[in-house]
Amino acid sequence: MTHDQVFRVWRGDSVDGELIDYPVAVNEGEVVLDIIHRLQQTEPDLAVRWNCKAGKCGSCSMEINGRPRLACMTRMSTFDETETITITPLRTFPLVRDLVTDVSFNYEKAREVPSFAPPADLGPGEYRMQQVDVERSQEFRKCIECYLCQNTCHVVRDHEENKESFSGPRYLMRIAELDMHPLDVADRQKEAQEEHGLGFCNITKCCTEVCPEHIKITDNALIPLKERVVDRKYDPLVWLGSKIFKRAGA
Amino acid sequence: MTETIETHEYDVVVIGAGGAGLRAAIEARAQGKRTAIISKSLFGKAHTVMAEGGCAAAMGNVNPNDNWQVHYRDTMRGGKFLNNWRMAELHAKEAPDRVWELETYGALFDRTKDGKISQRNFGGHSYPRLAHVGDRTGLEMIRTLQQKIVSLQQEDFAATGDYEDRIRVFHETTITDLFTSDGRIAGAFGYYRATGAFVRFDAPAVVLATGGIGKSYQVTSNSWEYTGDGHALALRAGATLINMEFLQFHPTGMVWPPSVKGILVTESVRGDGGVLRNSEGKRFMFEYIPDVFKEQYATTEEEGDRWYTDADNNRRPPELLPRDEVARAINSEVKAGRGSPHGGVFLDIASRLKPEEIQKRLPSMYHQFKELADVDITKEPMEVGPTCHYVMGGVEVEPDTGMSKVPGLFAAGECSGGMHGSNRLGGNSLSDLIVFGRRAGLGAAEYIDGLAARPAVKEADVAVAQERALLPFASAEKGGENPFVVQLELQKTMNELVGIIRKAEEMEAALKALQDIATKARTVGVTGGRAFNPGWHLALDLRNMLLVSLCVAKAALERQESRGGHTRDDFPVMDSDWRHVLLVLSALGEDDVNLVRQEQVPMRPELLDLFEMDELKKYYTGDELGGHRADQGAKA
Amino acid sequence: MSSTTDASAGRAQITARTLRTDRWWLPPLLNFAGLVAWVAYATVRAFLQRDYFVAEYNYLTPFYSPCFSNGCIEEAAHFGRFLPDVWFLPYAALTLPFLLFFRLTCYYYRKAYYRAFWLSPPACAVAEPHRKYTGETRFPLLGQNLHRYFFYAAVIISVINTYDAVISFVKHDGSFGLGLGNLILVANVVLLWAYTLSCHSCRSIIGGRLNHFSKHPVRFALWGYVSRLNTKHMQLAWTTLASLAITDFYIMAVSAGWFSDLRIVG
Repeated sequence: MTHDQVFRVWRGDSVDGELIDYPVAVNEGEVVLDIIHRLQQTEPDLAVRWNCKAGKCGSCSMEINGRPRLACMTRMSTFDETETITITPLRTFPLVRDLVTDVSFNYEKAREVPSFAPPADLGPGEYRMQQVDVERSQEFRKCIECYLCQNTCHVVRDHEENKESFSGPRYLMRIAELDMHPLDVADRQKEAQEEHGLGFCNITKCCTEVCPEHIKITDNALIPLKERVVDRKYDPLVWLGSKIFKRAGA
Repeated sequence: MTETIETHEYDVVVIGAGGAGLRAAIEARAQGKRTAIISKSLFGKAHTVMAEGGCAAAMGNVNPNDNWQVHYRDTMRGGKFLNNWRMAELHAKEAPDRVWELETYGALFDRTKDGKISQRNFGGHSYPRLAHVGDRTGLEMIRTLQQKIVSLQQEDFAATGDYEDRIRVFHETTITDLFTSDGRIAGAFGYYRATGAFVRFDAPAVVLATGGIGKSYQVTSNSWEYTGDGHALALRAGATLINMEFLQFHPTGMVWPPSVKGILVTESVRGDGGVLRNSEGKRFMFEYIPDVFKEQYATTEEEGDRWYTDADNNRRPPELLPRDEVARAINSEVKAGRGSPHGGVFLDIASRLKPEEIQKRLPSMYHQFKELADVDITKEPMEVGPTCHYVMGGVEVEPDTGMSKVPGLFAAGECSGGMHGSNRLGGNSLSDLIVFGRRAGLGAAEYIDGLAARPAVKEADVAVAQERALLPFASAEKGGENPFVVQLELQKTMNELVGIIRKAEEMEAALKALQDIATKARTVGVTGGRAFNPGWHLALDLRNMLLVSLCVAKAALERQESRGGHTRDDFPVMDSDWRHVLLVLSALGEDDVNLVRQEQVPMRPELLDLFEMDELKKYYTGDELGGHRADQGAKA
Repeated sequence: MSSTTDASAGRAQITARTLRTDRWWLPPLLNFAGLVAWVAYATVRAFLQRDYFVAEYNYLTPFYSPCFSNGCIEEAAHFGRFLPDVWFLPYAALTLPFLLFFRLTCYYYRKAYYRAFWLSPPACAVAEPHRKYTGETRFPLLGQNLHRYFFYAAVIISVINTYDAVISFVKHDGSFGLGLGNLILVANVVLLWAYTLSCHSCRSIIGGRLNHFSKHPVRFALWGYVSRLNTKHMQLAWTTLASLAITDFYIMAVSAGWFSDLRIVG
């Protein structure tokens, strides 16, 4: 079962580009990336980034009918057969060419998050952690770094100037992951607010909406992190409690 | 050609940013060497993320009877004793340390009740041995290593103010040629994919960690990156490949819909209770237990089912036989007309576990099928069939250092050969990456320390490399073929003629066809500019794919027996006289290879003694077993 | 202009605000309409100062509980009367602000009104109209971090609402009674508790801030319950708006004599 459909694909670079209509053949069971690959056989210089084609590597992020998606995980059967499918690059990052963007923003932000700080008194092989204690961080480690959340977050999507002071959902989630790590010894909460722009997040949940791994970024990472910051920065009761009971924290 | 070429000077250049490459880079940097990591795709996207099941290491957390000797025996058995025994020994001994080390980098494996790393069962492993995180272990590993590199960069930043002072990642960069000087490695040449600009690295040591060659096949679990770059670079630099006839076809790849054909269905599905059935509903694997495994596997469904809850007193079900056996069995069922509608067999977990349990234990698989194939694996069986998954063959290296025949050229991971013999056990690849990645990094550092002077890159070589890289643009003017079309032709040839079951005539036909493709591959033409041009990228990868395809076909034709990942229709049984023979390949120019036979180094006696004589007799010729303890005892 | 359409910094020069083809504007529109309608109703009712108590059955609407104003009917004021009776001061003026702020700073409502009212953003991958954005980094939105204090207050108020619902089973004459009004009051209180306890701050306080669940089995179990409720926070946010309005309207109607309470017992 094959039908014809129109793909409207962004071609060009940041200086000069346009949406071009291509008639394409679509077979049963195919995904958007298959169609792009078929298109490459006649347009061999159509630039697209992809790797595993199984939703595990997070390379083929693009915007399909305006929605940030992985091309390999977008089944053609979810569209009407007569519909024109518009394919554009991620709009938050500088364009390299066609559907490929320069995602170095994310790598720079990754570098600014202090790494896992292991306890000094534990050697390799001595780590003991309970499953319930690692499960929250494990959810965040499902992240395939497709950067769809970073792309969709309006804080930087709509405001280039915020890129400097805002790390984006992916890296705030990374901070949450480390902050909840049962053996991490670093102090991360104040830094999340002061260095990584947690306060910019207005929890409008687009990161969660586009996450192909279905990680509950907002509910499980960002809001809990905000609450932990409140514990530290804005909660006199907690402050008083810790003074009275001299607890070193949980 | 007046283009100025960006030049970098490093101590160690690691090509490939998967598990092996990153681990090698971490080690080289730890040894104080300035290190560059070069990756065809973005940092953190390497094919290692696809590994699902786990990382084999005999930590004995779940079953305390496990130790390196058991792991070693399993590995040798899995590889049908063709493995480089020294590599298998190092691997079994060092894997636990490497896994524990990952925890100090921040990895979060699933836990046992007492808080240790949990381990799961897998095909060919005697005990639960695979450290895992659900079914996304590869992702955990790549992310952990990636984050470790970031942490090293942070240390450097704190010390020098420059993140990239001692370790730098050049992502979306392809290496097209290696430079040698007086037979030693002197550097590498490549281009940035984004801009098409050339880049040159002057370095006395290069570590190849480029992974496999699966993209030469039509049905494969491998991504576009797997074009055998490391294999081909090594060949062209003067190194040798071994075991190239051994390809692992993973028994369970998706077969439907066509767009996802080949994508992997993790072995954990079977490890957690999934069974294989043919169109008649029969669990056919019981019919396919080979003699060498008769004692270790259950012969009735009841016993097999009991094993999942009581592994000590029951034998494991034959669904967990090594991958080559399962792949062949599925192939036979389909050929006998008992396949599923789309040419595979049924893998059924829905009738064996509760839906919640399936979603908890196999979340990625659940999503993969739900989202890619619109199949709910908690309700219906999956359709699966063999897919080209892993190449056991690769660069011939010294086991302890990972150095190839070419001084300064190292290889680790899938692109090195020997460790897995004729067939790799599931879970042994992730551990292979970290064990030999580290050793290659260390080997490179030690090699440099012993070097009197850094070999210099010859300018003439740079000009040649540049000219070759630009050839597809020149060919376009002469009407060269579309690289995508040539690639398809190559993939079809390999899939149909040098696939899972092989015949002499077919492989001869394949070699002939490959000659023809070689001409086309050399003259493919590309349009457009150099900035992110997939056509050009493929045109350059194509010559690597061709060269390794030639190696596979030539070695497969030569080996007249069936063993592990090499099955001959015309020589269907394993032949002990072939066990000790390695087929060694070297390059003859850009598109021809030379093959010679080489004797295996005999196993150290104390390692040989780890096996019972009865078992060894199934693999070894009588003459080779003189050193075994049983034999000594008889003499004394 | 937003950076998305401005295509500064080397982004793709796409001028469309969004290329989404679905009805992305519908959810914010519905949220806008729903919230405006509810706020309008609640404002009118809070200042109406009548028809809030059914003396015979001891039904007090949550909008007037606790009734602290000197203007309150004596039987409705369970905790004393001390606020001046002026037209601009709602009878429950001591608690209503806390409830208002509890919901204003609620993580769900923030999402809803940032999207529906402030269009920041109106929907995912739809450019927002503002030139600058600082989010919750500075005053006044920094105050959103006070959510947990309003949560503490909301817990106290929920206790009061529970008290109201319980004593409404005792009629004016001291005998036991059960009518539709009781059922509505009880349902409303159950929903209010569910909404209050499903709060993100509550989730953090109860256990989310711990790093070692395994050392705190009780709090871990409670955190598990709250987490499950928390996934329904949005639904509870809307159902409690509805249940509050329904409860209030029912009591107003009975109190004003538009219809009489459907009695089951007594």
